[in-house]
Amino acid sequence: MIKAEDISKSYGNNMVLDNITMQFPKGKVISLIGSNGAGKSTLLSIISRLLEQDQGTIAMDGKKITEFKNKKLARHLSILRQSNNVGLKLTVEELVSFGRFPYSQGRLKEEDHQKIEEAIRFLSLEEIQDSYLDELSGGQKQRAYLAMVVAQDTEYILLDEPLNNLDMKYSVQIMTILRRLADELDKTIIIVLHDINFASHYSDYIAALKDGNIEYYGITNEIITEQILQDVFDINCAITERNGKKTCNYFNHNL
Amino acid sequence: MSSRFSFIYKFKHATKNPARIPGLLYAGGELVIGKLQQHRRELGLSLILLICSLISLFVGVADISIFDIINQNTEKLRLVFISRIPRTVSLIIAGVGLSISGLIMQQMTQNKFVSPTTAGSLDAAKMGILASIILIPASSMLVKALFAFAFTFLASLIFLKMVESIRYRNVIFVPLVGLMFGGILSSISTFAAVNLNIVQQMNAWMMGDFSGILEGRYELIYVSLPATILTYLYANKFTVVGMGQDFAKNLGLNYRAVMNIGLFCVSLTVSAVMIIAGSISFLGLVVPNIVSIIYGDNIKKTLPFVALFGSTFLVICDIIGRLVIFPYEIPIGMMVGVIGGVIFLILLLRQR
Amino acid sequence: MRHHRNIFVLLAIGLLGAVALFMSYDLGRGWEYALGLRSVKVSAMAIVACCVAYSSVTFQTLTNNRILTPSIMGFESVYMLLQTVIVYIYGDQTFKVLNSFDNFMLSVVCMIGFAFMLYILIYRKGKDNIYLLVLIGLVLGILFHSLSSFMQLIIDPNDFFIIQGKMFASFSNINKDLLGYSAVIMVVTLIIGFRLTKYLDVISLGRDQAISLGINYQRMVQIFLVIIAILVSISTALIGPITFLGIMVTNLTYELLKTYRHSLTIAACCLVTAILIIGGQFLTEHLFHLSTPITTIINLVGGAYFLYLLLGLKKI
Repeated sequence: MIKAEDISKSYGNNMVLDNITMQFPKGKVISLIGSNGAGKSTLLSIISRLLEQDQGTIAMDGKKITEFKNKKLARHLSILRQSNNVGLKLTVEELVSFGRFPYSQGRLKEEDHQKIEEAIRFLSLEEIQDSYLDELSGGQKQRAYLAMVVAQDTEYILLDEPLNNLDMKYSVQIMTILRRLADELDKTIIIVLHDINFASHYSDYIAALKDGNIEYYGITNEIITEQILQDVFDINCAITERNGKKTCNYFNHNL
Repeated sequence: MSSRFSFIYKFKHATKNPARIPGLLYAGGELVIGKLQQHRRELGLSLILLICSLISLFVGVADISIFDIINQNTEKLRLVFISRIPRTVSLIIAGVGLSISGLIMQQMTQNKFVSPTTAGSLDAAKMGILASIILIPASSMLVKALFAFAFTFLASLIFLKMVESIRYRNVIFVPLVGLMFGGILSSISTFAAVNLNIVQQMNAWMMGDFSGILEGRYELIYVSLPATILTYLYANKFTVVGMGQDFAKNLGLNYRAVMNIGLFCVSLTVSAVMIIAGSISFLGLVVPNIVSIIYGDNIKKTLPFVALFGSTFLVICDIIGRLVIFPYEIPIGMMVGVIGGVIFLILLLRQR
Repeated sequence: MRHHRNIFVLLAIGLLGAVALFMSYDLGRGWEYALGLRSVKVSAMAIVACCVAYSSVTFQTLTNNRILTPSIMGFESVYMLLQTVIVYIYGDQTFKVLNSFDNFMLSVVCMIGFAFMLYILIYRKGKDNIYLLVLIGLVLGILFHSLSSFMQLIIDPNDFFIIQGKMFASFSNINKDLLGYSAVIMVVTLIIGFRLTKYLDVISLGRDQAISLGINYQRMVQIFLVIIAILVSISTALIGPITFLGIMVTNLTYELLKTYRHSLTIAACCLVTAILIIGGQFLTEHLFHLSTPITTIINLVGGAYFLYLLLGLKKI
């Protein structure tokens, strides 16, 4: 379990995160939602130690993450962000192999090769595993990066808006895979999403951030209500339910 | 705004009723004072500039004081007219010109760290002068200036093209590339100078130095004034053009034309100053940044400040350069290079 | 992998050819003496090649681009300022007071000291931005250049020629002892450096990814910057400034070898750099008869390549 306690972060006079305290239970998919600037990405970066908080602590299974050696922490926690690096001369298989770095330090053993193959299979990348990254489409590249994260085999996987620039088919594909990671492999997935419908359909818990605070946090169906969404996003929406999953229609404001 | 209307209103009525004239005078006074207050900062700075310029007139190896002017001491008066006034005037024009050039370039590239120093413009001008010396050995100042102008214009065009292809990167990347570009140009120039055995000389006239300015030999610098005026008129257009070709087209601006006008103004100023006074680094970089920190980014508003700051800064640096090791002078190129560089570093370190 | 091996074989052959040509061309009468001289030069070129190759490739990975070279961080300006100050103080007694060995050591110490000062300045403030580091180094470089220019103005014109000689890289008159010391330092540094290249591979994925995969990013960057500082200092102190060589050699290497493995890239780059330097020096000596220093040739060609890269003809 990951626990965040009294996390605060400000940029100049702007308080982006204000004494955030929350817990992330194991084996579940937890979405962070909120309007732009609410602090979701910042929180994710702090939890994954990519960014340093002004105050507060992040603890994983009782131990502060700052006390972990980074090499060891990387075996328990991984994060996937938008990657902009130019000129990566890597094939899909080579990229996925990087996921084993915390364990192999570059020297791949039998177990590493197995994990790599499994990850490639899990993400259905067998056909393109020898293609170079710059030859792939956006969706394929994202799946490749996800395979790397899967190969890293961590209990906690953090993702920052993984569905940006992906079309519907690939978005559903990725979310389904994340769901499987939680259900089949008992991983904890913490994901920042801006589309509440994806959050509604694929997460177990939702945390809604507003102005640097966690306004609401609970089981998905309890959060996806017209009142709460009105408060968090300042829009009206009509909610319909089907097969136990809720969908919000926020396109018509004149309700 | 309302005071103006009320004034017009009162004026209309006053012409009908003479008894209202005192009220009219009062309203008129209010209007003038209002305008003065609005622009009080500019006025304050202008006053400082005036004072510094006056000081500059009286600082120097020859001992001239205000009494000499009042008593019409002809010899000393001649000195003032031949050397002191041209020098001070050049300082002001150069300060205004270079600072504003920096501002234009920053607007056109939407990058705070671009300036004639960090875009290779100074190095290109140097190359131009060298080329004119090589190709036309006894060239006049005008010919040299033309060469410098041509080279600077070309180099700036190339630089802008480069910036376009690295637009969406870390903002510090662009000046780095510009400095490398300047380095390449500079190394070519140095090589030519080595072959002609004039490296030390080249360094000498490249070094920003206003001590050699004499009446009759410096008028070329006035050429940069129209560029400055043009900049003021085109200020907002440069900003729009900086946002990209599509953006500019969308707003009905001729992208190429505005770019070229901007480059023209910058090249004119840089080459004129280079010919008369030599190379003055960092001025175009530091002054617009400081002004932007204090007064924000609205060009129409900040342009006068940039001009005033730049000229005042240059005049003060020159005065210090003349005093520190009196009666010898520290060339202003070095003073501004060191002081400007340090200020730039402070700006960088505190910004991030 | 076979593809890579072919490239290496080709490069090795190219290098051997270049060395053979350089050593044997136009030997003339006193060939024993000439051979001795030339072997010193070739050894120096080998050392410089490895220094430039490793530092340039590493620097470009750290800064995530293919244009910048580590020399722009101000090392060469520090070197020139030091040389100017020495000549300013000692005038034509310079060579008596400071023999080439002391000069070398002093130069290296100053440059590495400068690098450390830079790193501390940036990293003390907790700022993790390598671009900022480079820009500040560059600005300091300009500052030092202003100071050097000023001093050069007031130096006796006869003494000025001493400085002028230092402005350009030169393989003539290299002290054999210097060669020995630089070789040792370089080899030790490179051994450490090559063992760390696997971390460079991960760093090339980006800062966030590298941290996520367990790399101690800030520590690693600092270590690499120190290695770069040492290598650039040795190269500059040994033969003088070769600013734009780095751009050319890295991009040429990337064209030849498409791999993420820095151990391979750097090794190939060493070979490419060596071939280019030997070729350049050959041209300088036999085509231009030493009237054009190798620095200028490199800067011209490197500069043209730089423009070609940046004028949007290649995506970087």
